[in-house]
Amino acid sequence: MLVRADLHIHTVLSPCAEVEMIPPLIVERALEAGLDLIAITDHNASANVPAVMEAARATGLKVLPGIELATREEVHLVCLFDTLEQVQAWQAQVDQAMPHLLNRPEHLGEQFVVDAAGNFVRREERLLLVAANLTLDQAVERVRAIGGLAIPAHIDRPANGLIAVLGFLPPNLKVDALEISQNISESGARAKYHIPERVAVVCASDAHWLDAIGTTITKFELRTRSIIELSKAFKEKRYTLLN
Amino acid sequence: MPRKVSVKVSQIVEALSLQVVAGHKGLEREITAGYCADLLSCVMARAKNGNVWVTLQAHPNVIAVATLLELAAVIITEGATIPAEVITRANAENIPLLATPHTTFQVVSELARLGVTAQE
Repeated sequence: MLVRADLHIHTVLSPCAEVEMIPPLIVERALEAGLDLIAITDHNASANVPAVMEAARATGLKVLPGIELATREEVHLVCLFDTLEQVQAWQAQVDQAMPHLLNRPEHLGEQFVVDAAGNFVRREERLLLVAANLTLDQAVERVRAIGGLAIPAHIDRPANGLIAVLGFLPPNLKVDALEISQNISESGARAKYHIPERVAVVCASDAHWLDAIGTTITKFELRTRSIIELSKAFKEKRYTLLN
Repeated sequence: MPRKVSVKVSQIVEALSLQVVAGHKGLEREITAGYCADLLSCVMARAKNGNVWVTLQAHPNVIAVATLLELAAVIITEGATIPAEVITRANAENIPLLATPHTTFQVVSELARLGVTAQE
């Protein structure tokens, strides 16, 4: 089936995201945008994933649990999973690797944990805008070991994009896909960054506000909306970027 | 502006008490100037042959960049953990890989005092 996917969306848990990024509005906007599949990927966190999954339950929208990790090198890495158990297992490792800094909401933004209706549950006290003490290679290996997909985020972007931070694609990087922003085409990125043929290129919105959801997406041909099928689609190039 | 002097890698190792983690064979290299940045894309664009590069990044690409630009040495600051692969590569390329617990700012200040100038 044809699956319209936006695999990089933030919620109010990320301090840089707008306060409108609550589960019912995210789901509503995703459905309006014609999406079949989204992934929730807050910075180094996943506490709002269950709420978004719950908000989407009675709809046709599938929600994959995720985390956008900031590696030690300050490269952003989208980590996607099938189940809450898997994302929670990864979250436990990420928590152990994060420095203990406190958020300062008045300067950096609020980090709200909410329920499926968007009601306030608690504030996340520890600062999420940090670099975890995990290298890119370590993170990719561990995410895959849990059964997830590790996708370097917006590699072309100056801020926290792999190319800006590491200069070029490390030859041994074992990722299934690379995410580009809306500022470059797949063919442009493949040429500019010498992306090996076997590595897939996808795009997503990295939405921090509602209007961005579904503006930059990837269409996949999948049998089910799952990690294994995404992985196959990457390998067999069963996708089209719409950026 | 400090008068430019000729400084060898071995001299800065001694003066700053840097730990030589790899690339011992490159210690007699002369330093042309200094550069510091933690984003490798910037280093690729601005650093030059013979520069000493000061950074807290310790990803394997650091050695590739140092080799590409024929840098004199790389100083890894703030006691950053250096992966084994990076050490192996630095030895293979004879790029002195020098470690210090001090910050980049402290290291650069001391390099300037020794007469290492900025890469223009």
